[in-house]
Amino acid sequence: MNASPPETLLAVADLKVHFPITKGIVVKRQVGTVKAVDGISFSVGRGETLGLVGESGCGKSTTGLAILRMLDITSGKVEFEGEDISAYDRGRMRPIRARMQMVYQDPYGSLNPRMKVADIVGEPLVVHGLATDKDKYRARVAELLKMVGLLPDMAERYPHEFSGGQRQRIGIARALALEPTLLICDEPVSALDVSIQAQVVNLFMELQERLGLTYIFIAHDLSVVRHISDRIAVMYLGRIVEIATRDQLYKDPLHPYTQALLAAVPIADPEIEAGRTQQIITGEIPSALRPPPGCRFHTRCPKAMDVCKTVDPPMRERDDGRAVACHLHS
Amino acid sequence: MAVREVAALDVGVDTSAVTPVRRQRRLGGLFVASVIWIALVGLGAIFAGLLPIPSPTEMDMLGKRALPSAEHWLGNDVLGRDVFSRLIYGGRISLTVGLLAPVIGVTVGGALGMLAGYFRGRFETIVTGGVDVLLAFPPLVFALAVTAYLGQSILNITLVIGILGIPAFTRVARAVTLSLSEREFVTAARALGATHSRILLRELLPNVALPLVAFFLLGVAVTIVVEGALSFLGLGVPPPAPSWGSMIGEGRESLDIAPWLAFLPAIFMFLTVLAFNVIGDTLRALTDPRPGAL
Repeated sequence: MNASPPETLLAVADLKVHFPITKGIVVKRQVGTVKAVDGISFSVGRGETLGLVGESGCGKSTTGLAILRMLDITSGKVEFEGEDISAYDRGRMRPIRARMQMVYQDPYGSLNPRMKVADIVGEPLVVHGLATDKDKYRARVAELLKMVGLLPDMAERYPHEFSGGQRQRIGIARALALEPTLLICDEPVSALDVSIQAQVVNLFMELQERLGLTYIFIAHDLSVVRHISDRIAVMYLGRIVEIATRDQLYKDPLHPYTQALLAAVPIADPEIEAGRTQQIITGEIPSALRPPPGCRFHTRCPKAMDVCKTVDPPMRERDDGRAVACHLHS
Repeated sequence: MAVREVAALDVGVDTSAVTPVRRQRRLGGLFVASVIWIALVGLGAIFAGLLPIPSPTEMDMLGKRALPSAEHWLGNDVLGRDVFSRLIYGGRISLTVGLLAPVIGVTVGGALGMLAGYFRGRFETIVTGGVDVLLAFPPLVFALAVTAYLGQSILNITLVIGILGIPAFTRVARAVTLSLSEREFVTAARALGATHSRILLRELLPNVALPLVAFFLLGVAVTIVVEGALSFLGLGVPPPAPSWGSMIGEGRESLDIAPWLAFLPAIFMFLTVLAFNVIGDTLRALTDPRPGAL
């Protein structure tokens, strides 16, 4: 819960991920660029949970995949455990992959339907050549299943025999198999029922405590993020607009977009809900193909000024450790 | 916060420990009948030489178009050859070509399609282009050209039909691989640092194999018909070796006097093709781990 944690595990500096749009079958020419992630910087301390929130299409998942180097990085730096991995090729990434893993959004699509649970959970061990001793391998798979709250004798079953929450636990067990330090969780609970969501979120917190894991927790549900995160980064259209500790962000959001997001979270109390002044943003998120000039949020911002239409506000760190990119706070 | 309250629930009582239900699957009578039929035709084809039946090529000039008798169970054909024996021996050719030709298609086409669907890019463009060229080429002209230059033999016919079958298998394999590659379990394998060959063989192949096997059995059925058509046209195995297609072709000449000479091999072919289709369908339903889902 500290704004400046003792040791930095992951540092992302000015990360950009652009996708070219090409036209033509024989002669391909580039007609545009989708700037899915356009210059974001943040760092995550060991043992910390960084929540990454924003509307769909704002580049949250792209950020996660780019850190894992599943996507080509256009420019910028990703430093993991002190190593700059942004230019690593497939071979050099292999040992790194053991230390950072991902939990996926879709519990139905993320498990191979033709593999038994034991093979899914044990696959990381096989891929990294750690499955030489059969008994040890089996014991490790059983241990992993137990760790995520499943019974070891479920190992011989196929994924379709499990519910969404159980499948997500299998996915978590697979991600933990190589004892990673960093876990990127890409909306790991958004496909689950609310009651199951809570169980899985609790499991994440329990595992963090036991294994000293570091999380990047991507979500669009602010209440889930609030529950699990130490710090939260708010993304809008490929940029981070505000980073703050959880308490700072929820008590006193600075960026108008963060304020609007928080205002949109329903409160389970009709009296408070009735007394709230709703500040609802309207309109669609602009296209990442042609982001608006100046501040990217000015087209929907209730507090937009003239300067917002022309000048892109830089990310500015404040004295209290939080950072915000908004002309209102510069 | 709603989540905070629910989150206080005991994790120990969640649904994880509930035993998932296993579904029982049953085989239909039609499937059993199909397997028996294929087994009979197959065993007959393999052990034709050992069976106590007359030679399929020995002509009995006095017994032309003879009706069924104790000696000739299904009668004789136009040249006085035993029809039952020719049906058994004909199954040899139909099954050999029918099984081997799709094997060529499924291995070459399946591999090309998977590689194209997984690696995309220029390789995919070349493969799909090549497949389109092969599809556009008139099959009969190709068959004629090959048999004219290389001669009429079982091997050549198998090769011709096999190569002509490659495009269809390539397309099926590529389409399935394309959609599977988008799934997160492939991303997960890549994120684990798995090699391309591992992803192709361990992650994708088991999922692509299922539609390919179903398509393979369909291919067997189609190939038997195609071989029959080629033999009917005189492009199949050279006479006097019997094949169901050539038997239909020979029987055509006496359709008015002895229609069974054409119909008997036609019925054999029909039943065999149907049986392969039934088996293919049932196997697909049996091995699909997600009933009702694609």
